Amino acid sequence: MYQVNEKGYYGSFGGAYIPEMLYPNVEELRLCYLDIMNDAGFKTEFDNLLRDYVGRPSPLYLASRLSAHYRMKIYLKREDLNHTGAHKINNTLGQILLAKRLGKKRIIAETGAGQHGVATATVCALMGLECIVYMGEVDIDRQAPNVARMKLLGATVIPALCGSRTLKDATNEAIRDWINNPIDTHYIIGSVVGPHPYPDMVARFQSVISAEIRAQLLSHEGRETPDYVLACVGGGSNAAGAFYHFLNDESVKLIAVEAAGKGIDTGHSAATMVLGKPGIIHGSKTMLMQTSDGQITEPYSISAGLDYPGVGPVHAHLFKSGRASFVSVTDDEALAAAFLCCKLEGIIPALESAHALAHLEKMKANETDVVVLNLSGRGDKDLATYMKHQNL
Amino acid sequence: MNRITELFKRKNAILSVYFTAGFPALKDTVPVIESLSAAGVDLIEIGIPFSDPLADGPVIQHSSELALRNGMTLRLLFEQLKDIRRSIQAPLLFMGYLNPVLQFGVEAFCIQAQEVGIDGVIIPDLPFSEYVEEYEAMFTKYGIINIFLITPQTSEARIRLIDEHSKGFIYMVSAASTTGAKAGVTAVQSDYFARVRAMNLRNPLLIGFGISDNETFANACAYANGAIIGSAYIRALEQGTDVQTSTARFVQSILTN
Ligand SMILES: Cc1ncc(COP(=O)(O)O)c(C=O)c1O
Repeated sequence: MYQVNEKGYYGSFGGAYIPEMLYPNVEELRLCYLDIMNDAGFKTEFDNLLRDYVGRPSPLYLASRLSAHYRMKIYLKREDLNHTGAHKINNTLGQILLAKRLGKKRIIAETGAGQHGVATATVCALMGLECIVYMGEVDIDRQAPNVARMKLLGATVIPALCGSRTLKDATNEAIRDWINNPIDTHYIIGSVVGPHPYPDMVARFQSVISAEIRAQLLSHEGRETPDYVLACVGGGSNAAGAFYHFLNDESVKLIAVEAAGKGIDTGHSAATMVLGKPGIIHGSKTMLMQTSDGQITEPYSISAGLDYPGVGPVHAHLFKSGRASFVSVTDDEALAAAFLCCKLEGIIPALESAHALAHLEKMKANETDVVVLNLSGRGDKDLATYMKHQNL
Repeated sequence: MNRITELFKRKNAILSVYFTAGFPALKDTVPVIESLSAAGVDLIEIGIPFSDPLADGPVIQHSSELALRNGMTLRLLFEQLKDIRRSIQAPLLFMGYLNPVLQFGVEAFCIQAQEVGIDGVIIPDLPFSEYVEEYEAMFTKYGIINIFLITPQTSEARIRLIDEHSKGFIYMVSAASTTGAKAGVTAVQSDYFARVRAMNLRNPLLIGFGISDNETFANACAYANGAIIGSAYIRALEQGTDVQTSTARFVQSILTN
């Protein structure tokens, strides 16, 4: 019921709104992604690399001091402990194996926070494939350590100089590159966005998160399902992965946390579900921040990974159907939650993940409720921002 | 008969020119159309500016950005065009992306387009299957022709299917690229053009993307019923002093050998 249909729609959202120039590429993917992903050899290779290279399973950690602070039982799913420091590598590893089976020689990607760019550059180095990463000029400045990492890993980083010079514009540039290189290039999209089959393919690669949560929770708590699953949403891939195997367990409350930026009504926000209307971005019909004339507006968040005017179509559907609740958290709330997590748990979270942490403050859960929060990444890349905002 | 079909019946080596509405200045939309028509352009494509033009290269991205900054909207465009058929006989096409049309309302868009005398549309991110299932009936009801693109990677079976659902002409994209790429007509491209021509499609063909001067235009005309120029004209408008002079000069440079 929450899965994509054969035309690529989740309810009324999704599809593949792409120019004819991209049709052969996207059609090739559509026709073969499931066969490749279900192939036994592919599965073995993917699982082995997830274990030996990424370091999976990532721990499900009972954060007792946070739990005591908020008076609920909080488990952190430690995607921050993955190789390269975020959940993004689950997807890039899957897609690079798929690209190799398609015979592609050249990999392109977009990146916001740089986590997806680093994760793509990493698997390209691993597989010996050329890697080009598009990144908004603004993000290149605010995520400098990740730019250096990508370069060290052998990737070419190309600045996106148009529009707001952030994630949306980097994605436009990556799509244009793909139009110009239709034969030898695979585009590794970094979230559950883009034309069908990307949202479904990326969600499947990230679904390892919730598969592990079920098994781990069973051994910790004697039950597979928590009361709540919380995740931050930019494009929505870590949330899609964390929700995936709970979608049909109606007892599990799914909470997706968007970035409110400086506040919903300030004109500086990235809370797509509150501020958006159905529209088309990057080949997908979804909730979209736009003007009444249908121009896509420029979002804002302190967190580069949440600074996106759209959202994956699966989330638009979960929002519309009410299966998940969508809430939002401001820059300041996210910063405060990040600092608290550092002090209470000795974990420096990514600014993106800090948005999910900040929602704990507003939840009305019981002391016995089991809450799983997907800690999508670590905060090393955000040190400069944290230092700037910490009153030392 | 639709003006587009009528044009292709009557003429060969058709010159079609694209420009962005509201560029260089907001009020230039109508003067640009009148100048193009006076200079002898056969078919005029009015670009509806969009914030995120995925299929366009830097030149048209830039003109779209400026047009939006000038205050161009789809609503204003219809207003600017309301008397256009008093002075212009040439077929007029809209070229733009789907999202502004969706927000305007597809039916409202068709009604207004028919009212001002628009003959057809090119919407690159409206895929073929979506068009046939969701919009074909409505476009047909209001007499708006939808122009499809084909590329060197489009399979023969798909070209046949597109031909079946096309009216007016088929837009043959010269190479796998965004608009404004340097193309010319290479050996690979002439193979592709010749291959498509040999299919004897029901619809005439116009070649676009990378057509920029009289040489590339003449080459394209050797393989198709004509060609489409966009980025090169936008550049001429950008560099010129006034719309009339730049347009007359540019069109003359394309048409004289
Ligand atoms: C650590 C982290 N979390 C979350 C996100 C947001 O992406 P998504 O919503 O696809 O999980 C990013 C994106 O860069 C990220 O780096």
